[in-house]
Amino acid sequence: MTKASYVRDQMLPPQAPPVSEAGVVKWLRENLFSGWFNTILTLVGVVVIYWLVASALPWWLNSVWNAESLGQCREIVAATAGEGATGACWAMIRERWHQFIFGFYPPDLWWRPIMAFGLLFVALAPVLFSGQRRNLTAILGAAFAFLLVTLYLAGAPMAAWVLVLALILGLAGLAQAMPGKLLWFTAIYPALCFWLLWGGSIWSPVAAMLGFVVMGVAYVALVGRMGPTASAIAGVVLAALWWLILDVPVANAIQSAIPFGLQPVASDQFGGFLLAITIGVTAITFSLPIGILLALGRQSDMLIVKTLCVGFIEFIRGVPLITLLFTASLLLQYFLPPGTNFDIILRVIILVTLFAAAYLAEVIRGGLAALPRGQYEAADALGLDYWRAQRLIILPQALKISIPAIVSTFIGLFKDTTLVAFVGLMDPLKGVTQIVRADIDWKGIYWEPYIFVGVIFFVICFGMSRYSMYLERKLKTDHR
Amino acid sequence: MSEQAIDRSKMQISDEVAIQITGMNKWYGTFHVLRDINMTVQRGERIVICGPSGSGKSTLIRCINRLEEHQQGQIVVDGTELTNDLKNIDKVRSEVGMVFQHFNLFPHLTILENCTLAPIWVRKVPKKEAEETAMHFLRKVKIPEQANKYPGQLSGGQQQRVAIARSLCMKPRIMLFDEPTSALDPEMIKEVLDTMIELAEEGMTMLCVTHEMGFAQAVANRVIFMDQGQIVEQNEPKEFFNNPKSDRTKLFLSQILGH
Repeated sequence: MTKASYVRDQMLPPQAPPVSEAGVVKWLRENLFSGWFNTILTLVGVVVIYWLVASALPWWLNSVWNAESLGQCREIVAATAGEGATGACWAMIRERWHQFIFGFYPPDLWWRPIMAFGLLFVALAPVLFSGQRRNLTAILGAAFAFLLVTLYLAGAPMAAWVLVLALILGLAGLAQAMPGKLLWFTAIYPALCFWLLWGGSIWSPVAAMLGFVVMGVAYVALVGRMGPTASAIAGVVLAALWWLILDVPVANAIQSAIPFGLQPVASDQFGGFLLAITIGVTAITFSLPIGILLALGRQSDMLIVKTLCVGFIEFIRGVPLITLLFTASLLLQYFLPPGTNFDIILRVIILVTLFAAAYLAEVIRGGLAALPRGQYEAADALGLDYWRAQRLIILPQALKISIPAIVSTFIGLFKDTTLVAFVGLMDPLKGVTQIVRADIDWKGIYWEPYIFVGVIFFVICFGMSRYSMYLERKLKTDHR
Repeated sequence: MSEQAIDRSKMQISDEVAIQITGMNKWYGTFHVLRDINMTVQRGERIVICGPSGSGKSTLIRCINRLEEHQQGQIVVDGTELTNDLKNIDKVRSEVGMVFQHFNLFPHLTILENCTLAPIWVRKVPKKEAEETAMHFLRKVKIPEQANKYPGQLSGGQQQRVAIARSLCMKPRIMLFDEPTSALDPEMIKEVLDTMIELAEEGMTMLCVTHEMGFAQAVANRVIFMDQGQIVEQNEPKEFFNNPKSDRTKLFLSQILGH
């Protein structure tokens, strides 16, 4: 008979692992040489990498930065590295970089897009890093330093310096005293950016922003009597009336009374990354709220709302973006009241926004569907109404789940801005590169412009990707 | 859980009607889940609803705060009848607290934020005051030190106690419990039941769907047994457990108390 009873009289303390289970040796063995097959793969990989580097490296090492044409570049490469050697001709970038960045935007006005770009980060900072003082200060500091250096290089006029210094001092002070209030700058930034980029009377963007004020005032005035949904609709209707009827006359009236404005720049002078970023940032900003509303609409119990949302989403997703862009450039004109001359960039922005919004709606719907039913029930049981439950409980979680997919959509949208080349706009990839390569001096240049544009796209998209990972880490509260 | 330890001094049942359900019927599609439910709950009553799974007991208490819609009959909670009127529904929901089987805490908010959210947004209580109330109830469920953690960092029993505190922060007059201990380990069931007993001792009107018969015997003043969507038997706990009337109840009790 064995004895069934056993009592442990001493608990065992934890011990250090054996040497072969730690350090470089373990890493190498586990990751590179864990079997004969993986060892072969490792060796093949090393050979391939060597071959790639060996064939591309001379091209990079023989780069030429100072030349007036591709022919001259080739002569210099031949003279320094010997006949038959290859070399990159970055001299082209040195001469034409401004077209990749600004298109045909007048050089003496470059300070305006530069300022708009620098202030973009100031406007984004309180949204991207809300409540994080250190990151906020870092972003503001970097944006201000960027503005000072680039405006100096761009030879900004006195008035621009006064404006930018006033903004920097004011915003820096605000950021120190009341970081939360920086969101007000974010709210007026679209109008400011529009004014800086396109110029013209300052009263046009001001009048346009007043439409939102009308919307807000109407909502606050009516919400007590009519409830949130009805007063929101009333606000939107009143704002639309303002924009359609009063906006332009009011702006013109103030302009004739107090003329103040910048030299106008036409849309066909926009190009390069100025164009891509303008379209991309605007579309990203507006597609997210529209996408959220579409996703909620698609889940709605109200048949008409649901049908409209489903119809919109499925239609937009079922059509290639290029079709929509052609619609923007050709067809939209027919649907608008006669006499309205809608700016082509604005039309493209609207269509790109709607396109991205339809994709985002589906992405967010996925997030909504992933939430357990209990979250809705708990919100209901506490007496939260629909909009509060959505805003406080459902959307924060659904959006958090969808962050990777949302950012993927944003990155895709930003890269899709190059498709505006098909409606005659000068995007950095096709539009500008074609212009450069049409020049007799740079005819035949191939890799360099695409690499240059590709690197800038990569930096921006990689930045978005890293930010999304940071956000996911920051919002991770489930401790799974 | 010993019966002597329970303070019954405040457990008084008043004549005031808290919940009145008359001739209520509910269907899921063509399936008749609740059949001709009639019940009256007086203020201060502690009612335990039990029955086999699928008998409609959860559906019944979920109808009381309109998480489920009934199709026939009348449900009046605190003088407000539940109809399609959203205003009435929100009013009832803010007066009736609910605790779920799976806690349903909001994982993106801290414990304190979970507790202050509804008071701030529904009751319009100032944030500071809401936080003080929340801390008061968190102390009461004995986890004030977890206030700034997230639900995911707490054990199941702690989460359920937070869920109870979250409901209490709305100062409800009625509490509904939908199998509050069914998802918990045995070690944690006791801490949740202790919290519920404490609540009962303070005179809260409680409706509790549970299989904890010990709790029913110690705290409830009435036990309702449901089967196939109907109320089969109701009685005070002593009679209910010692002297069940219907065969169905006898079978059920023999199955859950049998071992």
